[in-house]
Amino acid sequence: MTHAWSARTLDEALRLRADHPEALILAGGTDLMVQRAAGGLDPAEVLDLWSCRELAAIEPEAGGLRVGALATWTDVAAHPAVPAVLRDCARTIGAVQIQNRGTVGGNIVNASPAGDSLPVWLALDARFEVASVRGARRVAAADFFRGYRQVDLAADEILTAVHLPAPAPGEVAAFRKVGTRRAQSISKVVFAGRLRLDGDRVALARLAFGSVAPVPLRAVSAEAALEGGPVRPEAADAVLQDIAPIDDVRSTARYRARVAVAVARAWLRDVAGAGA
Amino acid sequence: MSDPTRPGGSPPEPPRSRGPGRGPASEVVASFLVNGEAVRALVPATRTLLEFLRDELGLTGTKHGCDLGDCGACTVLVDGVPRLACLTLVAELEGAAVTTVEGLAADGRLSPIQDALDRHGAAQCGYCTPGIAVNLTALLAEEPHPDDAAIREVLGSNICRCTGYTRILDAAREVAGGGQ
Repeated sequence: MTHAWSARTLDEALRLRADHPEALILAGGTDLMVQRAAGGLDPAEVLDLWSCRELAAIEPEAGGLRVGALATWTDVAAHPAVPAVLRDCARTIGAVQIQNRGTVGGNIVNASPAGDSLPVWLALDARFEVASVRGARRVAAADFFRGYRQVDLAADEILTAVHLPAPAPGEVAAFRKVGTRRAQSISKVVFAGRLRLDGDRVALARLAFGSVAPVPLRAVSAEAALEGGPVRPEAADAVLQDIAPIDDVRSTARYRARVAVAVARAWLRDVAGAGA
Repeated sequence: MSDPTRPGGSPPEPPRSRGPGRGPASEVVASFLVNGEAVRALVPATRTLLEFLRDELGLTGTKHGCDLGDCGACTVLVDGVPRLACLTLVAELEGAAVTTVEGLAADGRLSPIQDALDRHGAAQCGYCTPGIAVNLTALLAEEPHPDDAAIREVLGSNICRCTGYTRILDAAREVAGGGQ
């Protein structure tokens, strides 16, 4: 028998979390309910956060945008202040019913290597806000994913929001997803890129991938190959030094490696062409 | 099945809740509407809306497909928004209004999209059809004249492996009035 608690406010949620650190957190249920139905999960305790509507807000803040952890992908796709790269990502997650229910925070904490939004947070240098009865802290997205489905979250902590820095002048960003089908498919390769251009020179590069390693990651070798020079599409070849894809039911390591490079190269070619 | 990453043993038996939001609860009470009729459910905390509709209310129009949020066969409306009944807990429905395919017809007459799906012969095995009718109902309520791209995007979440979607699209286009 599963025991369930439902919190209406963040304060209530944090107190329940402190008292029940073993409870699995339920937000939109699009991962937890699936894992349960598939037989891999039979939690003794569940803490339902869906009613904490204060955590669903998306609002501009000084220096950027705060996206509440319970914002759904439908909320994200519809909000005018959300950067296009994140809106594009939101529209590819599952399909309409999943987008109505799946949440930003759920995608992050579930930490699937194939989580569609995770490369976007990495590419945008997002910071995650986590809270407990002890207080709140922020952690860079790049430091949050520590291993296969392992995240930097203590037993009494809840992810409460994502902070996105406002784009600097000269920035371009894009999202790409490769799956079997346009809707309702788990990614074979998922990519988010961001470049800050200073004239023809790449001042900052972020190339982030999912589904090509046990964790979502930035291709730091390829980023280094780009920074300081012009937009060179062939710099994407260095992505192979950063990723560690595997063979599984959805694809092969060889396919994923080739497609990861090709997706990044094609985007860099688009950026270089647009600037010419 | 136990999660190997968690210590064994059950937590002490908590008192039963008097409703959602007052946990802890092994069973929950939720009062909500199903197709306009008031329902009061006393169910285990993990009972899904799909199980409840089919097994307790006998509303079997909502189909049990994949249980994994992939196929769209169990699509229902919760406060007018398309949701997957297999991923929705009864416990969270306090005060909500649920509409299933059985609630689309009014006064014994099929809704416009049901009627169009019927006349276009847009079903073969029919298992996906209730979910499609419900999902298109929500689209047409929000946007009475969706274009083809909008119809296709919404239908992306309803897996049909019989028809190739052609007649489903024909029916939706007819109700949408040619996508004006």
